[in-house]
Amino acid sequence: MATTILVARLRTTRRRRTSLVLGVVLLAVVALATLALTLGAAGVSPGRALAAVVGAGSPTDVFVVQRLRLPRVLAALLAGTAFALAGALFQSTLRNPLASPDILGVSTGASLGAVWALLGLGASGVVVAAWAFGGALAAAAAIWLLAWRRGLHSIRFVLVGVGVSYVCGALLSWLLARAEVREAQTALLWTIGSVADVRDTPLAVLAIGVGVLAVVAAAISRTQRALSLGDDHAAALGVRVDRARVAALLVAVGLVAVATSAAGPVAFVALVSPAIARRLLDDGGADLAVSAAIGALLVLAADVLGQHALPGMTVPAGVVTGLVGAPYLLWLLSGRSDRRSSPQ
Amino acid sequence: MSAPASEPATALRAEGVRLGYDGRTVIDGLTLDLPAGRVTAIVGPNACGKSTLLKGMARLLPLEAGRVLLGGRDVAAMPRRELARLLGVLPQSSIAPDGVRVAELVARGRYPHQGWFGRRSSTDDAVVARALESTGVADLAERPVAELSGGQRQRVWIAMVLAQQTDVVLLDEPTTYLDVAHQVDLLDLLATQNEERGTTVVMVLHELNLAARYADHLVVMARGSVVAEGAPGDVLTEDAVRGAFGLEARVVPDPISGTPLVVPVGRTRRQS
Repeated sequence: MATTILVARLRTTRRRRTSLVLGVVLLAVVALATLALTLGAAGVSPGRALAAVVGAGSPTDVFVVQRLRLPRVLAALLAGTAFALAGALFQSTLRNPLASPDILGVSTGASLGAVWALLGLGASGVVVAAWAFGGALAAAAAIWLLAWRRGLHSIRFVLVGVGVSYVCGALLSWLLARAEVREAQTALLWTIGSVADVRDTPLAVLAIGVGVLAVVAAAISRTQRALSLGDDHAAALGVRVDRARVAALLVAVGLVAVATSAAGPVAFVALVSPAIARRLLDDGGADLAVSAAIGALLVLAADVLGQHALPGMTVPAGVVTGLVGAPYLLWLLSGRSDRRSSPQ
Repeated sequence: MSAPASEPATALRAEGVRLGYDGRTVIDGLTLDLPAGRVTAIVGPNACGKSTLLKGMARLLPLEAGRVLLGGRDVAAMPRRELARLLGVLPQSSIAPDGVRVAELVARGRYPHQGWFGRRSSTDDAVVARALESTGVADLAERPVAELSGGQRQRVWIAMVLAQQTDVVLLDEPTTYLDVAHQVDLLDLLATQNEERGTTVVMVLHELNLAARYADHLVVMARGSVVAEGAPGDVLTEDAVRGAFGLEARVVPDPISGTPLVVPVGRTRRQS
């Protein structure tokens, strides 16, 4: 009886901790979003900014907030959510904390698609975004086909993914090296990731895509937790392993494709967000909602920092996340090897 | 549960099964009945196909031919989730996700009993608690699995399988990597589970003497076939050991349990 009470107590403690972490992160998101609406050349106080969101206040305020700043904030939040969810799905499905779309070449595939559309086809606007989407899907399909051998094996998927990433990167460099300087500069933005110019139709597509895929992700999250025990254990618990993994990876690839076609590959968000969620929750799982909220917060923070931290200079969000993410990756790698060398 | 004198019912039956990996056949045309409510140990030399057979019976490896019957029903035709409510499996290598805690891991055994949204109920808590208690890991409930010793960790995984509340439990070499004290400890745990709840226990084991002591029914495999099966006292003879393992050995009564004790002869270090 005492043990039943203990087990029940542990369960509620864990649920409360998840709710608490989620609440705090969402609060930070709201605060930072409000700040982002007020910062900039045209000074707008928080009260006026929030009023302008719903269309109240002076026409200038409404224009600055609704046309310039709000789309950017929303794009940052949506892209962050998408990358973080994709990372969490990749990592739990492949049972590898290094598995993320930036490392597996899915994001690089999107960059390649966009740059090819810009430089090779002379396209612009929505066509470029569509090519980015196609590039992500093509990279994922290539990894899939090369890694599939009577089922999908995690390690082979990761290794093939790293290979595909290098191939896409090489083609990307070649395209950029051949291009005119000015063209190459526009194209370079697609290799970095920025939420500066996402509005109207692309923003609406991003919102709908992320919304739909997030619902699907939530629906399969329970199976994901079983899958994180390993194939045999998951099958023994009644999971159809191959089907569950294919579903999760399809959703993850869809999220990356939608997000990169709008904002480009914002580096490291997919890798880092679930890891931070795991650390904050401290129960062995990266809760999808918490990961998503952290991803949203990270991209928004990176964009705010990139815009306002250095006077007279703006830095795309993807550069900021890369600068912060790379040291984290090194730290993760060193930490992992320490743990592995410890006695089992 | 007292064992009836007559032939016990069959819990799990493999019927003419063929199993293999990537086109390489390991087992061909094997038929085997595993008695209900008993402890069965499957022994045999390395690569004889004993783990492969276990995986095939647990539907972790697809059958290339034949069928497996659980309580008379074809396992392949059952929905996976339903099968997971009837048959628990502990695969050979178990790696807990980073940072997961004992109670949380054991609670994952409730997966096949939970609905679409998977909210854990108070029934689940009670089942998890019982699994923790019967495996003696209740006081570790809050600890991360990764911090435990090998013996404790294996108990936790068994607790997870017990939380599935199945009448039949298959275990693939549950005592590997454990020292002898923890091996005995773990087998006592499984024997108790069998005696108190009537759970059918089927395990692949390496250690012949412990298999002979703890099994009601011993299955000896070699080269993908069953070469002998029955009560350990009848099955584990000097001839059987020579035939299956290619090992010259004396078989004497175990001074504790009276079951066969295999003493290898070897080529050196004999008493003059």
